[in-house]
Amino acid sequence: MATSSTKSGASFAESGADLELTGISKRFPGFTAIDSLDLQIPAGSFFALLGPSGCGKTTTLRLVAGLEEPTAGRILIGGKDVTDTKPFQRPVNTVFQSYALFPHMTILENVAFGLRRRRIRDAVAKAHEALALVELDHVSSRRPAQLSGGQQQRVALARAIVNRPALLLLDEPLGALDLKLRRQMQLELKAIQTEVGLTFLHVTHDQEEAMTMADTVAVMNKGRIEQMGAPEELYELPRTAFVANFLGQSNLFTGEVVAATADAITVDVGGVPVVVPRARSQRHSGEVAIGVRPEKVTLLTEAPLPQAGRNVFGPGRVTDVSFSGVSTQYLVEVPGAGELVVFAQNMVFGPVVQVGAEVWLSWNADHGFGLDDDPGTVPRFVPDASTESIAIQRRIALEEELEQA
Amino acid sequence: MAFTAFASQTTVEQAPRKRSFVALVLLLPGIAYLLLFFLTPLISLVITSFQEPDLYGDIGDYVTAFRWENYVDAVGEYWPLILRAFGYALVATVLALVISYPIAYFIGVKARRFPLLQSLLLTLVIAPFFISFLLRTLAWKQIMSDEGPVVVFLKSIAVLPSDGHLTGTAFSVIFGLTYNFIPFMTLPLYATLERLDTRYLEAGADLYASPFTVFRTVTVPLSMPGIVSGTLLTFIPAAGDYINASRDFLGSSSTAMVGNAIEANFLVLQNYPAAAALSIVLMAVILVIVGVYVRRTGTEDLV
Repeated sequence: MATSSTKSGASFAESGADLELTGISKRFPGFTAIDSLDLQIPAGSFFALLGPSGCGKTTTLRLVAGLEEPTAGRILIGGKDVTDTKPFQRPVNTVFQSYALFPHMTILENVAFGLRRRRIRDAVAKAHEALALVELDHVSSRRPAQLSGGQQQRVALARAIVNRPALLLLDEPLGALDLKLRRQMQLELKAIQTEVGLTFLHVTHDQEEAMTMADTVAVMNKGRIEQMGAPEELYELPRTAFVANFLGQSNLFTGEVVAATADAITVDVGGVPVVVPRARSQRHSGEVAIGVRPEKVTLLTEAPLPQAGRNVFGPGRVTDVSFSGVSTQYLVEVPGAGELVVFAQNMVFGPVVQVGAEVWLSWNADHGFGLDDDPGTVPRFVPDASTESIAIQRRIALEEELEQA
Repeated sequence: MAFTAFASQTTVEQAPRKRSFVALVLLLPGIAYLLLFFLTPLISLVITSFQEPDLYGDIGDYVTAFRWENYVDAVGEYWPLILRAFGYALVATVLALVISYPIAYFIGVKARRFPLLQSLLLTLVIAPFFISFLLRTLAWKQIMSDEGPVVVFLKSIAVLPSDGHLTGTAFSVIFGLTYNFIPFMTLPLYATLERLDTRYLEAGADLYASPFTVFRTVTVPLSMPGIVSGTLLTFIPAAGDYINASRDFLGSSSTAMVGNAIEANFLVLQNYPAAAALSIVLMAVILVIVGVYVRRTGTEDLV
């Protein structure tokens, strides 16, 4: 469903356009930012590209906007090949991470800039409307430097949305806002997107933001898309250790498959048999990596009776308890399986057990998942996005580079 | 004051003011310098401009008076030279801006990723300063002389008539002014363009502006501080210049500028009051033009 609107045509996009990237690669001198990326975003959807810094997500966005040229591959917007067109010819607008509001213009002039370039009538009235949408119409005569960071970000949003582009690109647009304002802006963005039916491509490193706002989330790592799908799907059934740890936290184990039926496989984790549904695991034989989300694990103070369909670890010892209001996070050291994270809802006042207590852990076998990674490379509990982990990754990458040289 | 246009546009958060003798002591040499070398000659110049000839003295003897007619006489006699000076200075400033902007843009923006190339190009811009200003202008006189290669070539392709000249024409004077002041234009332009945030240019392109529109609506306004200081640094000295337009260099009597009149009155005709009056008029006109210009370009509220 191609829209007839082009940059030169003085009309708003009637609806969002779909975006298609085929075989996109982007190499900079010395490193590859994106490696043969294929991506399809249906028209009218809210698509989030999620990944740690340096994973190539911003480069992808800049390629779509036309601010970078791909080394290889094609970019299609609304079915039209725009790979060789200049940024100002693409039916795309960007909310920049740095806002990039023109410092020599007033807020109103900033917002009306795109409309004026396309000679759209009533540019000023439309700009006021867009400013009212982000509740900043009262500062329309000020300069960007007179606004706070959060206000500038909303102006940047208004400046892009006012053009009703077929495709709106958002580069970490809510990063500088405080939590309350961010929640509000998330809802507003979502409302605008649904109302106008534009296609949104949202780049972020905030997994919560991606999950609450997007219809489809693609998790990106080292220039490739690791997994793509609806937020629930990604969270409940991560395919790789990177996704399992970047989207929320996971307890991951490795072990040999010792039994396999038509419905489930049984993995030997330090002597304890753990059952994972066959449909929820990527590998069904040999050494495998499996996992379970911390909130699916129940903490028990007494040894439970063996029960079909439940995996049990224990006894283990609680090594850390941290209270966070809604839930409490327990770290439990289980001999043979290592340290596990458990989230428990605070149904009573305060934590149920204290540090040093002896506990058993149990979860419904249906909640486990099996990963696609080689078990040897699976990191245990350190989320891949933590500073320490990034440092380790950098070192490994550097060592590889040195070996090749 | 108009000259704040030269100052950096970034306002830094000031610490609460405190009376400090240290600041006063540090300022003293500067104040003494200004008193001695700016205010004293200025007052002396004003007094001279009102003097009248000594009835019983030699030529060149003047006594203190309040002869304001000096101004009327000087302007009445030399107004074509005043107009010519500002006309030439304006054309030379515009030409210098047109030539310098691409140079400064290339060095400051395009060559940003190659610091070595940047320094090399900047050195090339300043390189002419290593040779005396007079020598360089004389060299141009030689090059553009009637027997020189430029004139011979232009005559051979019939651009210049067979009895045409280059030296002594408005062309050669404006050429000399432009040439001599290009570094004064390029350096301030470079200083602003070097700090130009190219993300604004990307934002402009993203908002449907063609490269030319981005240049007109984003790049030029953001480089206004450099344009203003560069044009002032070129226009002010060019308006008072008397070397390029002098008969000994690139000019002739038909291209004389007000600077040449001041020089002749001071050094040849010994008509000091007229020379002083012309100097004051020149200064006043420049101040008015610069004041209006800086106010019009509105650089004071640029961030």
